[in-house]
Amino acid sequence: MTYLFNTPDQEREMLRTIGARSSEDLFEQIPSASRLDRPLDLAPPLGEMELERELRALASRNSGSGSRACFMGGGVYDHFIPAAVDEVAGRGEFYTAYTPYQAEASQGSLQAFFEFQSLICRLTGMDVCNASLYEGGTAVSEAAFMAMRVTDRHEKVVVLGSVHPEYRQVLRTYLSNLKCDLVVIPTPAGTADPEQVRAALDDKTACLIFQHPNFFGCLEDPDELTKLARSVGALSIVSFDPISLGLLRRPGDYGADVAVAEGQSLGIPMQYGGPFLGLFTCRNEFLRKMPGRLVGRTTDRLGRSCYTLTIQAREQHIRREKATSNICTNQGLLALRATVYLSLVGCHGLREVAELCCRKAHYAAERLSAVAGLSRAFADRPFFKEFVLSCASNDVEPVLACARHAGFDLGPSLSRFAQVGDGALQNGILVAVTEQRTRQEIDALAAALANERFALAGRPAAAGRQEPSASR
Amino acid sequence: MDVNSLKYAKSHEWIALAGNTATVGITDFAVHQLTDLVHIELPKLGRNVREGESFGEVESVKAVSDLYAPVSGEIVAVNDQLADDLGVLSVDPFGKGWMIKIKIADPSSLARLLDRKGYEAYCAEEENHA
Repeated sequence: MTYLFNTPDQEREMLRTIGARSSEDLFEQIPSASRLDRPLDLAPPLGEMELERELRALASRNSGSGSRACFMGGGVYDHFIPAAVDEVAGRGEFYTAYTPYQAEASQGSLQAFFEFQSLICRLTGMDVCNASLYEGGTAVSEAAFMAMRVTDRHEKVVVLGSVHPEYRQVLRTYLSNLKCDLVVIPTPAGTADPEQVRAALDDKTACLIFQHPNFFGCLEDPDELTKLARSVGALSIVSFDPISLGLLRRPGDYGADVAVAEGQSLGIPMQYGGPFLGLFTCRNEFLRKMPGRLVGRTTDRLGRSCYTLTIQAREQHIRREKATSNICTNQGLLALRATVYLSLVGCHGLREVAELCCRKAHYAAERLSAVAGLSRAFADRPFFKEFVLSCASNDVEPVLACARHAGFDLGPSLSRFAQVGDGALQNGILVAVTEQRTRQEIDALAAALANERFALAGRPAAAGRQEPSASR
Repeated sequence: MDVNSLKYAKSHEWIALAGNTATVGITDFAVHQLTDLVHIELPKLGRNVREGESFGEVESVKAVSDLYAPVSGEIVAVNDQLADDLGVLSVDPFGKGWMIKIKIADPSSLARLLDRKGYEAYCAEEENHA
């Protein structure tokens, strides 16, 4: 990135142009009591060589997924990212996280988003895809809002307890100032009970929201759930895992009305707090009720193929308070990464990635649940790449710490999610296995935990035991 | 349709009275201002609307505009064919371009509407301001 600075001459010229004597003048309107009357308390400036040494020392305190084996789940996953993704997305022509204001001036970006939309439509089997939203949680919430517009039902939204608790939290926030009930159907068995879902739905329900594979990694029955929603005239909204569609049936094939997802798995590195990528697709008849930007292909006045933002009249810069959504942009850079990723892996590659995840996750589940004191929760439910490991007694932390000490990251622990926390699940730990994990890593993790269990068993119960790793 | 027999709202809807029922559409002036129309959304049969309330929306390539009920009452007919051929709004806004029929609940609001002359004067004024 270019380092921009002003020379004293340039500063003088700018001040002259705007008629100010000094840059101090520009702050005059801020009351003196609110102004800092001393220099900022910063360390003295460093030369380039010293700075580089300082930054290297700081960076060496990080430990990234490259130096450890990541088995973490809960919505963000350590999938492989081919080098070409960085190469293409890092090109100067593309390297912005933002949709340009004069969108049509950037034909390259628009073409990439058009390809993105087309790829996601093929991936999901849905009719329309927008140019992306911020992340999975807002995608779920925007889908619920759209369902309320489509059905003209504004009183009730039904969501399964097996939907990511953070997505449900975002949804709750979105709905908090509306007179709309958010009904959560508990899923103590790991997946939805169709009878309970049927009982919760009525002719006031705008939508039924489920996740498949769900937050616990288990597979729901999407045919049954979409059918139940349809039977009361509500929209079915599914939050899916893009990688899982290499193996599982597509939302469009089981009749989902809206399919949304967190797209981080598609070529986007794990980053603390994001940025992430929201995928949003739906059936054609809801096109005009959709939130977000849409890129269309057309021809210019000379008959050449070109790209344009379309169905824009419903966005807030035109429609003001009557806009379909306050989303007026897209997650451009990350949508581009997903486009490059999907183009590179292709249909067969995606199937291979999904198969590897699925097989390795099942191997890991088998090995880990064979460790004394550990078992797989919801053991009778089929799963894809993620499962809940449950501890016999209340030693989630020791298990996590032992794995951490041995170089493996598991979790998050389900106790972290207050809304999930009922009884047995407090002792649950999410474990996800991507194509990047090896048999050796899985075996080593199981061995480390087995040793820990053995050690635990031989120690007096909970007598101020020390964490194996001091750095937490 | 004789445009002189119609009544007009300042929000550019016209109504044609037949007994207690008002047929409602938008004027040639409105269609011209909106330019290329691409989509229309009309209400469900049986809905009750209040005078000045939005009963639907019409979308052009540039904007989405609300359609406002000139009188209060129940919607007793909807022109379902309009959505498939918005072109008729340009050629026959006062005839085949009709949108809904309202069973008038309160005839007193009719007095607030303009006649053709008053409406033309109002449009001329609006154009001058534009």
